Amino acid sequence: MSNSMPDVALSNEEIRRYSRHLIMPEVGMAGQRRLKQGSVLLIGTGGLGSPLALYLAAAGVGHLGLVDFDVVDESNLQRQIVHGSATVGMPKIESARRRLLDLNPFIEITTYEAQITSANALDLMRPYDVIVDGTDNFPTRYLTNDAAVMLGKPNVYGSIFRFEGQATVFSPRDGGPCYRCLYPEPPPPGLVPSCAEGGVLGVLPGVIGTIQATEAIKLLTGIGETLVGRLMLYDALAMRFRELKLRRNPQCPVCGDHPTVTELIDYEQFCGILPEVSTLNNQYEITPAELAAWLARDDRPFLLDVRNPHEVAIAAIPGTDKLIPVDQLPERLHELDSSLEMVVYCRSGARSGRAVELLKSAGFRKVKNLVGGVLRWSDDVDPSVAKY
Amino acid sequence: MISVRVRYFAGHRDIVGQAEQQMALEPGATVGDLWGLLVERHPRLAGYSGRLLFAVNQEFASPATTLHDGDEVAFIPPVSGGV
Repeated sequence: MSNSMPDVALSNEEIRRYSRHLIMPEVGMAGQRRLKQGSVLLIGTGGLGSPLALYLAAAGVGHLGLVDFDVVDESNLQRQIVHGSATVGMPKIESARRRLLDLNPFIEITTYEAQITSANALDLMRPYDVIVDGTDNFPTRYLTNDAAVMLGKPNVYGSIFRFEGQATVFSPRDGGPCYRCLYPEPPPPGLVPSCAEGGVLGVLPGVIGTIQATEAIKLLTGIGETLVGRLMLYDALAMRFRELKLRRNPQCPVCGDHPTVTELIDYEQFCGILPEVSTLNNQYEITPAELAAWLARDDRPFLLDVRNPHEVAIAAIPGTDKLIPVDQLPERLHELDSSLEMVVYCRSGARSGRAVELLKSAGFRKVKNLVGGVLRWSDDVDPSVAKY
Repeated sequence: MISVRVRYFAGHRDIVGQAEQQMALEPGATVGDLWGLLVERHPRLAGYSGRLLFAVNQEFASPATTLHDGDEVAFIPPVSGGV
C-alpha cells in the first residue's frame, strides 16, 4: 500500500506461479511483492467469502485471516465454492484453509473460529491492511464498519439478495463515506429478509465476491481506481450494472467531522435485536411435537402457512388449511377467522413469528407460532418432509 | 405534471411488485414527496422510511431534492445478505 518497493522477495517458484501477473506492467514485480507483503482479513467464509478467499489466495496475497464460527452444511454448497462435499460438517475456516493452501501453498493463513464481536473486533482487524466484509447480518455490518473506521482501514463491502448485489469500498481516510454515511440507522429487525429467508442465486456471490476481491487487490497494489465513493449495484436478471456516486456525510456519527461514536457499542441492541429468551412457556408458541399431537385430536387448530407459494412444492406440513404469504397478510386478514385456534408456520419460524405478531396486533388472540417451522417439524416429527 | 422513472431494488421489488415504473408528479415535487406517495400506496414500505438511499440520475440525493421531468429516481434499501 505504499509506493516504495516492498522488501519481501519472490522465489523462482513464485515467479513461475505469478507470471501472468508479472508480465503486466501495472502489476509487475513491485505489485506482486506488495501482494505478498499485504494482508486481508475476511470476515465470513460463506457466499461472498468463498470467491474472495479463493481469488485472493490464488493472487498471492501473503497473509489471509479467516473469521467464521459456522460449520459447512450441504445447503451451503450451491454457492460457497471454497468448501466441498468432503468437508460437510467441518468448521468453515478449516475447510477453507485446506482448500486455499492446496491452491497456493506460498501464502500464510490465520484462522479465527469465532464470532466477531465488539470485544474482539479491533484486535482481530489491527494486524491486517484491508478488511473485507462478507457477513450476513446488520449488527456485524455496523460493527465491521465502525471498527474499520476507528482503525483507519479500508472496508471492502459486498451484500447480496436473490438476484441483486451491491459492492463498494468504505474508506473515510481516502475521502469516501462509511456504511453509516449511507445508512445511519439500521432497519427494524425482521424488515429486511436475509438470504436464508429470501434465497440467493448461487452464482450471485461469485460476481459480488469477485468484485470485492478485485478491489482488495487494487488497494494492496495501489493500481487503478477503487470503488471508494461509488456504490456498484448489480442485477443478475436484467444483467445490468449501475453505479451511484456517494458522498461522505460530515455529520456521520462515526467518520464525520465531530464523531459521537468513538468506541464500539452493543450492535445487537443498536439493531433492535433483543437477547433470546426461552419463550416456550409463551402462550403464542408451540413445538412441532405439540402441534402433531394437537392435529390428531378432534379440536385440531386451523393450520396457516405463511411461506411463498413455490415453497409449498418443496415441502409442507400435512393438514395445512390455508396459504397466505406473510407479505400479503396485512391485506388478507379478512380471509381468516379470529375465533379459531390457529397455528402459523413457515420454513424456520422467523416469518411465522412476524405473522403471529401481526395477527396479535390485529386482535387475533388464539394464534401460535410453530417454533422452528418446517425444519424442526422434519427433525422432530416427520423426517419424510424435506428440509430446505 | 412531470414524469419520472422510479427504480426499485431488493426487498422493495417484492413489496411494489415491479422493478421499475413511470410516475406522474406535480411540478416541484421532491424525492421525499415521491417516497411519501409510494408509502401511501404500499404501506409495507413504511418501515424503510429514514433507512434507505435516494439517488436521482445515479447521483446521491436527499428527500429535499427537487425532481424534474425525465429524472430517474432510485430507492435503495439496505441489504445485509452475504453468505
